[in-house]
Amino acid sequence: MARPRPAEYPPQFDASEFVDEPTDPPDERIEVGILIVGAGPAGLACAIRLGQLIEESPRLAKRLGEVPVAVLEKGKQPGSHSLSGAVVNPRSLRRLFRGEKRAADMPFYGEVEAEGVYFLRHNSSMRIPTPPTMKNHGNYVASLSQLTRWLAEQAEEAGATILPETVAEKLLVKDGRVVGVRTGDKGRGRFGERLPNFEPGSDIVARVTILCEGTQGHLTGVAIDTFGLEGESPQVWALGVKEVWKVAKPLRRVVHTLGWPLRPQAKYHEFGGSFIYPMGDDMLTIGMVVGLDYRDADLSVHDLLQQLKTNPFVRKMLDGGERIGWGAKTIPEGGFVALPSRLHAPGLLMCGDGAGLVNVPALKGIHYAVESGHLAAEAAVDALRPGRTPWTPGALGIYDDAVRESFIWSDLKEVRNMRQAFGRGFYLGGAFAGAMTASKGKLPPGDRPTEPDALAPAVRTDRRRGYPAPDGKLTFDKLSSVYLSGNRTRDDAPNHLRVRTDVPEEIAVMWEQMCPAHVYEARDGHVEITPSNCVQCGAITAKGGRLTPPEGGSGPEYTVT
Amino acid sequence: MKIAVCVKEVPDAAVTKRIDPSTKRLDRSGESVLNHFDSQAVEEALKVKEAGGESEVVLVSMGPAGALDSLRKALAMGADRAVLVSDDAAAGSDLVVTSRALAAALEREGADLVLFGQQSSDSDGAVLWAAVADRLRRPVISQVAELTVSDGKVRGKRQTEFGYDVIEAPLPAIIAVSDAINEPRYPSLKGIMSAKKKPQESLSGSDLGLDADVLGEQGSGTSVLALDDPPPRGDARKIEDDGSAAGQIADFLAEKKLL
Amino acid sequence: MTIAVFLEHHDGELQKGSLGVLGKAASLGEEVVGVVLGSGVKELAAGAGRFGAKKVYVADAPELEAPLPQPRVDALAQLVREQGIDTVLFAASVLASDTAGGLAARLDAGLNWDLVDLASQDGSLVGTRPALEDSVYADVGWTSDVKLALFRPGAFDPAETGGEAEVEEFAPSFEDFSTQAAMIEQAHEESEGPSIEDADVIVAGGRGLGGPENFTLVEELAKALGGAVAATRAVVDAGWYPYSTQVGQTGKTVAPKLYVACGISGAIQHKVGMQGSGTVVAINKDPNAPIFEFCDLGVVGDLHEIVPKLTELVRQRKS
Repeated sequence: MARPRPAEYPPQFDASEFVDEPTDPPDERIEVGILIVGAGPAGLACAIRLGQLIEESPRLAKRLGEVPVAVLEKGKQPGSHSLSGAVVNPRSLRRLFRGEKRAADMPFYGEVEAEGVYFLRHNSSMRIPTPPTMKNHGNYVASLSQLTRWLAEQAEEAGATILPETVAEKLLVKDGRVVGVRTGDKGRGRFGERLPNFEPGSDIVARVTILCEGTQGHLTGVAIDTFGLEGESPQVWALGVKEVWKVAKPLRRVVHTLGWPLRPQAKYHEFGGSFIYPMGDDMLTIGMVVGLDYRDADLSVHDLLQQLKTNPFVRKMLDGGERIGWGAKTIPEGGFVALPSRLHAPGLLMCGDGAGLVNVPALKGIHYAVESGHLAAEAAVDALRPGRTPWTPGALGIYDDAVRESFIWSDLKEVRNMRQAFGRGFYLGGAFAGAMTASKGKLPPGDRPTEPDALAPAVRTDRRRGYPAPDGKLTFDKLSSVYLSGNRTRDDAPNHLRVRTDVPEEIAVMWEQMCPAHVYEARDGHVEITPSNCVQCGAITAKGGRLTPPEGGSGPEYTVT
Repeated sequence: MKIAVCVKEVPDAAVTKRIDPSTKRLDRSGESVLNHFDSQAVEEALKVKEAGGESEVVLVSMGPAGALDSLRKALAMGADRAVLVSDDAAAGSDLVVTSRALAAALEREGADLVLFGQQSSDSDGAVLWAAVADRLRRPVISQVAELTVSDGKVRGKRQTEFGYDVIEAPLPAIIAVSDAINEPRYPSLKGIMSAKKKPQESLSGSDLGLDADVLGEQGSGTSVLALDDPPPRGDARKIEDDGSAAGQIADFLAEKKLL
Repeated sequence: MTIAVFLEHHDGELQKGSLGVLGKAASLGEEVVGVVLGSGVKELAAGAGRFGAKKVYVADAPELEAPLPQPRVDALAQLVREQGIDTVLFAASVLASDTAGGLAARLDAGLNWDLVDLASQDGSLVGTRPALEDSVYADVGWTSDVKLALFRPGAFDPAETGGEAEVEEFAPSFEDFSTQAAMIEQAHEESEGPSIEDADVIVAGGRGLGGPENFTLVEELAKALGGAVAATRAVVDAGWYPYSTQVGQTGKTVAPKLYVACGISGAIQHKVGMQGSGTVVAINKDPNAPIFEFCDLGVVGDLHEIVPKLTELVRQRKS
């Protein structure tokens, strides 16, 4: 048999399972004015902008009712599921707060002072010129989890109601338009049975529903499917695994590395690298990011991160330090060509990472998330002007127009073929990338398509020999990392992961190694699953399975990621 | 019937904790949540309320001003009101002080039934309700795994090292529930949204007639002197079985007087 | 200073934990007295002499017959005042913790709990208390006139030093509210063996057992050692053993004197549930299992061979 591909073993999943009409009796439905799904940077920016607009317009306030803005968050609180590098471009945040808050008021860890890009081999490092797309002058280092927590405080002050531990499980659609979401049940057992404290979900109805779910957004995927909004090319993802360390010596610059421990040859399709960012004087964050179209079944991003730390250049930064945080999350990497064909549907808008608004070569998405949330708020309000409704054909199309006129669009268009170029291997890709930057996206011409990650064939290699044995000081195993993420999901929660368990060894091993949380184990010809370890990174959905909404409040509790 | 539930905000157990070396107290700057065991006491109070009759469930807590956020979860479950004893002078209060402050707040409420959770996840005392009961001069039953309230009396099945006792006391009474008593309900969305509107009041020490010098470290009877690393486990031995491992283990156990 | 030790009794026997605390107090070189409260307990009191008490105060009253805390608070408070006692020590139990808590309020006395050691330094008492899942040890002291302390169960083993104690009776008077709680039905000794939270010995099984049927090996060893059986999350998830026996981050936290881990890898999720154990013995065929990093005796071998042999040896030595 030819090399197996995860896409050949699709799990049971149909988007229509997650679409329904409201079923709660009308007096039990929860009515809100505008419903935002996801308290991340996009959702909270949207809520903040809405708060400003509502304050300016009593008529709007009246139209939106008792709960004008509600934000649903599946994590324990805003920030619990937020993870990124991150170096943030502050332009969108400045614009959002209309000059009333400066960077000094925001929980940043300082402006980027200096930077360097290095090419690594296992025992050495070599500085290379910083590609123009990676220049970070004027940007700030942040913990997305902390930034999110701060944005949540601003949103609540602006009048938003944030509902944590609440999962948006189904899209409520009636007469062809989105009228809200149904939240997930709580208190079900391992087999879906109702436990004594079972609490059913609720229908939340709203005039406009804005999906800001982040990477692998569940309802975003459902909406794209239901309303036929697929983009020109399929979405692809990378998996990032990172740690936060307390360190003895301050790191005074933003570092990116390429090369080892990834393999440069085209046949391996290993696109990625690492980032090391200073967080103040006594902390730093280090992460490994790898595109999920790799072929090597034995590739484990978590273990590549552990391996990376043994390089002398990196190790020196961590000497005398202590690991205080760990986490993992996927990043959409398809860019421009993978964007949905429209970012709206009747009664619905889509923002941020969920819609794929990420600039891959610059490793930036947070400021696009904030900007898109901002524009979505304005579009929603515009569609609620007297005489209009958000489901009048074209009413919400003003959001798409606004996004196309914004820097989000021009930025993403400029770098649209960058990622695909690296599908040809590091060196050839580098040449393409150079051409692209120099020509501001005009070269090479046209749009190069992406190929779904799950179509990548799985090949066994001896890569694991290079993974360091965890020593509990510099290198760590997955389970203790899951523990550090604050994950305490109850063991008898229903399994939220849809995955075929009778698969060839290569696929079983690929999932086992891929998952940073050790959810999957390849045993005696099948896959064993421990769903309570899941940190909801989304990698399994990219690689052939499907992450569906777990119980609200479960998963990691990130604080410094 | 007025049911008071004593609850506490504690640092989230999922987030790695540290002791602040300068104050020798728990670093509370991270996430805070409602003590899980207290949510069991809230659940039991709600069950008693739902069993019949007109009842009010009041949360009584002592902590920093921000603790009202954690109390909101208990309000979302269905409690009616929250009272927070909050005073800067109260930082570092020990059992003597905390019991005095809580008793004063409970006296003010005049509750018929006062419930506590089994322990607090940050200091594992299991002594607070006994101290509060003594100050209120009321009967107390602890480690209650099953509770019934009827005809002005409360009956509790108390879990001890020797099995279960059944103990009865007239109301007003203090009950500390064991962690075996129930599984707390998830707040409904409506509950979460209405929690913010429920009455929440904050009381200072002087509102309760307590001067600053009987609060905090000043009023406490205990102190933390120093922090150390735990004693080393001693030389760990590792052996490979050559057929005699069972005997070696037995010898080891005998040596340690564990046999 | 005069140290009083609360001597708890049950079914006509003084409790091991209390006698252990008594021995520890006696070793400090201060004046130590025992206190026995109950109904028909005078003979019991004299027996405390063998374990380090030179003098034992006894209160024999019907109000003290049932093991309820509030009448004991009355009696101890009265004794402390009448005899000028400045320190009262308790071995933690449901009854002792409630009594100590009530006494702390009655006397406005500082109470330190969960102590594992006590020392006399320059005429002052200093207690040792583990914190943050036993990752840090705190030295704690008292600033009040009367000092109260609760010791972790099993902190000290009783030491028979021989001798008879002088027994002095006293007659406590009781507050009205102290006698309002009434014992309707009293507990009998548990017949199925200790629960894992109370057990001194725990034998735990993990995935290395290979299958649910092999839990009999664990059960036999536990029975021989007089302990309880526990399980890891992995085997509970697989349905091999009930959730009530799960030890770990999402199960129970235990701290027995002896923890025998059979076929357990020692992932941190399990470790945090048992790291407070006194002595840890681990049997696992994987020499790189993390459990070998935090056990006192690690045995690399086949548990299916070792455990039955060990069970047999234990039975022999015990008889």
